[in-house]
Amino acid sequence: MDIQLSAIITPPSPRIMAERQPRIAARDVNIYYGDKRAINSLSIDIPDKAVSAFIGPSGCGKSTFLRAVNRMNDTIPICHMTGEVRLDGKNIYDKDVDVVELRSHVGMVFQKPNPFPKSIHENVAYGPRIHGMAKDKAALDEIVEKSLKKAGLFEEVKDRLSHSGTSLSGGQQQRLCIARAIAVNPEVILMDEPCSALDPIATARIEELIDELRQNYCIIIVTHSMQQAARVSQLTAFFHLGTLVEYGDTDEMFTSPKDKRTQDYITGRFG
Amino acid sequence: MSDHIAKAYDNDIATLKSQLAEMGGIAEEQLANAIQALIRRDTALADSVIRNDDTLDGLERRIEEKAILTIAKRQPMAHDLREIIVAIRVSSDIERIGDLAKNTAKRTHAISEPLPRNLASGLTRMGQMAQTQLNQVLNAYALRDDEMGLAVWRADEDLDALYNSIFRELLTYMMEDPRKIGECTHLLFGAKNLERIGDHTTNIAENIHFLIHGKAITDSRPKKDVTAMMRPTDG
Repeated sequence: MDIQLSAIITPPSPRIMAERQPRIAARDVNIYYGDKRAINSLSIDIPDKAVSAFIGPSGCGKSTFLRAVNRMNDTIPICHMTGEVRLDGKNIYDKDVDVVELRSHVGMVFQKPNPFPKSIHENVAYGPRIHGMAKDKAALDEIVEKSLKKAGLFEEVKDRLSHSGTSLSGGQQQRLCIARAIAVNPEVILMDEPCSALDPIATARIEELIDELRQNYCIIIVTHSMQQAARVSQLTAFFHLGTLVEYGDTDEMFTSPKDKRTQDYITGRFG
Repeated sequence: MSDHIAKAYDNDIATLKSQLAEMGGIAEEQLANAIQALIRRDTALADSVIRNDDTLDGLERRIEEKAILTIAKRQPMAHDLREIIVAIRVSSDIERIGDLAKNTAKRTHAISEPLPRNLASGLTRMGQMAQTQLNQVLNAYALRDDEMGLAVWRADEDLDALYNSIFRELLTYMMEDPRKIGECTHLLFGAKNLERIGDHTTNIAENIHFLIHGKAITDSRPKKDVTAMMRPTDG
């Protein structure tokens, strides 16, 4: 089945993919909202330890596809899909896949920071606790500290871990959400416009953090800021009208894109 | 290429293009006058070339400022980014061409006697060739015509070959009559300036190719100036 699929659909492949195994491999994915098709037979290979940016005009399907990678679309009743999304070779839409378990492998950070209305400590500790990752309080505290450190937030909040997560600034809240995503040890982090509600300084901090995190994770970021895609990603995928138009090395996509639609979009010419 | 959603962005790029066209026109005139001045020993014309060089310098500064401002304001990508970078590079090549024309004109004051006929016709031909190269490459830039630019790029060989023969000829004159060494050296620098102008036109051609295709010309550059290896006895 695998061999047949990949023989029929050859995903566009950036140079970086030639030397790496895909962490995520989507094949012939179609996603519908009712009768309306939002994603049109999409195939893509996404590597580990790199940031892949999804760009495209509003309604192009980039967020819809992003949500298919941790089955967030399952929560939308009228949404259904065909095709395969493989994480390390395993189709995440197979019947035997536990969605809660899957989402601990594929974390997500949203556009608006959405900390739980609980303490900073509890925001981070919640995931590891429900997944039974810590055997005692000391181990849990260690996970919290480590996650907050990885998210670059620990120094700022170490003296007020019991304060509410919502008392933090927008940028700090977003880093708290990243710490919360990291705490359950995911392989993949999905980010849906993580900086669009933040000021430029907080944005720069998150971008710096994304650059550090890519040493260890497969990161996919959806962004409306072309400059941000150019700054933080190694791979860029351009979506238009539910189709993956072009997928390539970021350095090339922003200097000499191959497709005219990509060129028009990134240079601000789209009608 | 279709228009930007932001009209002002189109205007920014159009301004750069028209300033470059203006600069190119002035450089062509400066070069033509410098060659005329040297060959006819017309010091008044030479002085006007020297004075007008400031205009080119000023235009180059304006283009550079406009380009930097546009990058800061618009964060250009892809073809737009190349458009602006190439405008900076081309304006700098044209400015250098202006300097070389000015330097050629300056040497008019050092030539006291009419040039031998052979030499005058050789220099005239070299001057015409340099002017044609400049004119063609500026047209290629304005029309975004890669083929026209590549033709200029290839034709630089001929200019180099002509320079080599003028170099030899001047060596012969100097050996025959050491009193002419001073004047001949000035003429040699004049010819070298024309050869350098040819090199700048090939730079511009390379930039046109980069502008259109987003990558450098892959062939090796035509380089036939062999005078660096010549000794007097070769003449």
